[in-house]
Amino acid sequence: MKLTVWTYEGPPHVGAMRVATAMKGLHYVLHAPQGDTYADLLFTMIERRNHRPPVSYTTFQARDLGADTANLFKTALHDAFDRFHPQAMIVGSSCTAELIQDDPEGMAATLDLGIPVIPLELPSYQRKENFGSDETFYQIVKTIARPMERTAHVSANLIGPVGLGFRHRDDIAEVTALLEEMGISVNVVAPMDATPADIARMGAAHFNVLMYPEHAETAARWMEKTLGQPFTKTVPIGVGATRDFIAEVAQIAGVAPRADDGRLRMPWYSQSVDSTYLTGKRVFLFGDATHVKAMARVARDEMGFDVVGLGCYNREFARDIRKLAREFGVEALISDDYLEVEQTIEALAPEMILGTQMERHIGKRLGIPCAVISAPVHVQDFPARYSPQMGWEGANVIFDTLVHPLVMGLEEHLLHMFREDFEFHDDAGASHHGGAAKARAVEAEPDTDQEAAAAAAPAEGEIVWLSAAEKELKKIPFFVRGKAKRNTEKFALEKGVHEISVETLYEAKAHYAR
Amino acid sequence: MTGFVPAPPAAGCRNAPVLKERGQREVFCGLTGIIWLHRKMQDAFFLVVGSRTCAHLLQSAAGVMIFAEPRFGTAILEEKDLAGLADANAELDREVDRLLARRPDIKQLFLVGSCPSEVIKLDLHRAAERLTERHAPHVRVMNYSGSGIETTFTEGEDACLATMVPTLPATDERQLLMVGALPDVVEDQALGLLEAMGVGPVRCLPAHRAAETPGVGPNTVVALTQPFLNETAAHLERRGARILSAPFPFGEEGTTAWLWAVAQEFGVSPEVFERVTEAPRARARKAVAAAAETLRGKSIFFFPDSQLEIPLARFLTRECGMTAVEVGAPFINKQIVGPDLDLLAEGPVIAEGQDVDLQLDRCRAARPDLTVCGLGLANPLEAEGLSTKWAIELVFTPVHFYEQAGDLAGLFARPVRRRAILAGLEGAA
Repeated sequence: MKLTVWTYEGPPHVGAMRVATAMKGLHYVLHAPQGDTYADLLFTMIERRNHRPPVSYTTFQARDLGADTANLFKTALHDAFDRFHPQAMIVGSSCTAELIQDDPEGMAATLDLGIPVIPLELPSYQRKENFGSDETFYQIVKTIARPMERTAHVSANLIGPVGLGFRHRDDIAEVTALLEEMGISVNVVAPMDATPADIARMGAAHFNVLMYPEHAETAARWMEKTLGQPFTKTVPIGVGATRDFIAEVAQIAGVAPRADDGRLRMPWYSQSVDSTYLTGKRVFLFGDATHVKAMARVARDEMGFDVVGLGCYNREFARDIRKLAREFGVEALISDDYLEVEQTIEALAPEMILGTQMERHIGKRLGIPCAVISAPVHVQDFPARYSPQMGWEGANVIFDTLVHPLVMGLEEHLLHMFREDFEFHDDAGASHHGGAAKARAVEAEPDTDQEAAAAAAPAEGEIVWLSAAEKELKKIPFFVRGKAKRNTEKFALEKGVHEISVETLYEAKAHYAR
Repeated sequence: MTGFVPAPPAAGCRNAPVLKERGQREVFCGLTGIIWLHRKMQDAFFLVVGSRTCAHLLQSAAGVMIFAEPRFGTAILEEKDLAGLADANAELDREVDRLLARRPDIKQLFLVGSCPSEVIKLDLHRAAERLTERHAPHVRVMNYSGSGIETTFTEGEDACLATMVPTLPATDERQLLMVGALPDVVEDQALGLLEAMGVGPVRCLPAHRAAETPGVGPNTVVALTQPFLNETAAHLERRGARILSAPFPFGEEGTTAWLWAVAQEFGVSPEVFERVTEAPRARARKAVAAAAETLRGKSIFFFPDSQLEIPLARFLTRECGMTAVEVGAPFINKQIVGPDLDLLAEGPVIAEGQDVDLQLDRCRAARPDLTVCGLGLANPLEAEGLSTKWAIELVFTPVHFYEQAGDLAGLFARPVRRRAILAGLEGAA
């Protein structure tokens, strides 16, 4: 048993639902107890879908346990077929049904519905949501897709976008545009908006664009082997990655690497002088492996940040992320325990976090700005406006997203200049953030007790800030104060100094100057 | 005959035939009760023994609460727990020890059963006894099931309170026990009204803290504040308490009738009752009238969710002038909601249980002006042009008693008003 409050991923059948809900003309019959229908509201609320997910649940109750649950499943399967007339169905068990061993596969096989009924093996007690989506898509493709004649002109499938995917809706549009500029048409996008009939046409494409390895890598490998379709390895998030993606596509498809980046503003924004203050900002990245991998490169090479740590919650990609961490000279964190993530962030004390919904809350608690780069996300990250992560517009969106939580360059400069000012001081916070400005508190009389306490001999290895140094520390703008404090203490420890004076503070500042 | 009990309609719904359906149910399981119970019981921790699905459900239902160091969590069963490779009890003891070491402020620990733990027949009852011995006297460990196979949504609270009843100390004291987890502000209003009438002593179940746990005995009179407390009421009767029969305190009428039932039991004179309730009754009527302008003459359809449907239908039809088309509830106990059924004029289909697709067919055919349903159905129905009020909010929001009557009516009026405001958006695409 493992005590859990927050989970980065749901159970695997939720991954299967993400594939089913993304598609059209497919129905999922899920053997599950009453209550498991809660997952519907992830799609209807967070993603704001205007239809019910195409999922029928058997919703068995205690009184049904025994022989009855198998019949319930058969009835649910028949009813769903009669009501929705799907082109294909997927069937499987949730965690509870896995325990009662009703064998949906066997039962589905005995009912000849005249359409493909695809059984799913999703081990709920070992695997999680991303495995569920990857495995489900793979089973659907394996069952329905067949080798066939290629389209007359060069075409590609876009694979991986699913329901509840972080910005999947707009990434499709952006990648489609990138391909069109090279004269490549899109054959099928799947699972998103694809029907089983579309899956059957996938073999006609010349190659596959693997947009999200988390959800479609197994299917991509199978298609490579069985349908002879190579697939792209670069995920086009960020300017450099998009250029690499274009080169890779050109090479696979045998076309010229054409790109119309007339709409790309990100490089100039990043080069302009207001962005100078971004240089060396210490960032920590956490999320799903694909987005962390892409964003680490953006952070370092395109924003000029200093990546001080990175990690992912999906173990399937642990090896990739460890390799990436070595390239960046940092420690990889592979964990699905948010407390561990919080500890790591606390220890590293970055100036910014790029993460999921959870890291946003960790950031809020620790007072560190955060931008969201990966699922799981909440309703605000399924925006009404066009906001891809991929391609040229994606790069523009990313720049804005990453800069927004930080204090604007000029504002940071002014705060620093006037940090002693009675109205315009750092406690007032940034002008574009919420919260009422507070007038600077009047300096209290020095507390003699505190002075005495500070003068008392410190315990072994303990560091004491003399009050003058503490006052000086308070003059440092709030957004770098934490780092200054930590650096000074580290410097003092290394030097064997136990009392931090103003002088120690400035010696440390010089020591760590960058 | 007094003026405090609303006059029933010529024919009520108590003896109306109930449409009982079985099929796919679109409801929450009882685990969701934890979301509001852990706020109410300030020194309690709720430990679900279940799967990743259970943890994911709580996370989805708790929304942003999950980030506020909540006093609940899930001990997720792993492969080795199921294969018998790990002794589930030893595993549980270890996790509980760790939890209690980290949270010394916890005085009550609930081991909450789930579908997986019930199916593998993990005996959480014995585990609770064992752990109580181990952690006495600091912590008392109890157990109930919030599994979907046994409980629907608010029945989780019922199961939790019911499991506490046998452990309540015995008392012969003549007292009123107010049962049901209410938001603090509402509970204080109710206590204030009862005190002003001279009714007392009044105790609450659940109490804020373990130390304030009420006693129960033959001179205890119970006033339920929630219609879904069927098991809890039965357990209290077994301890010798008597359950008052009254409509539930929703709206001005419901609150007055509920208070009058208590007042009669404790010998409060009509004059005193009048003096105490006159001003808040007037306030409630005035506040409801504002929302009723929007709701009058509109039809309403309830999908089953929390068992609050019948009392709410009574309030909306009688005090806001709505017409009920169908009132669906996950479970109907006529002993408890009988007084509300008496006041609900005959006409609507009274439905128990659910076959969601058939019920959706009926709803689409009726095209009600307002549909009360869960979040899995609300947006899909809105997209079909039906106004919806999502039901979960009725459990999470202060809606009982006089001062909330206007807010309660407002919850239903808002979606109707919004549709009218946005009418110009239709077809904008």
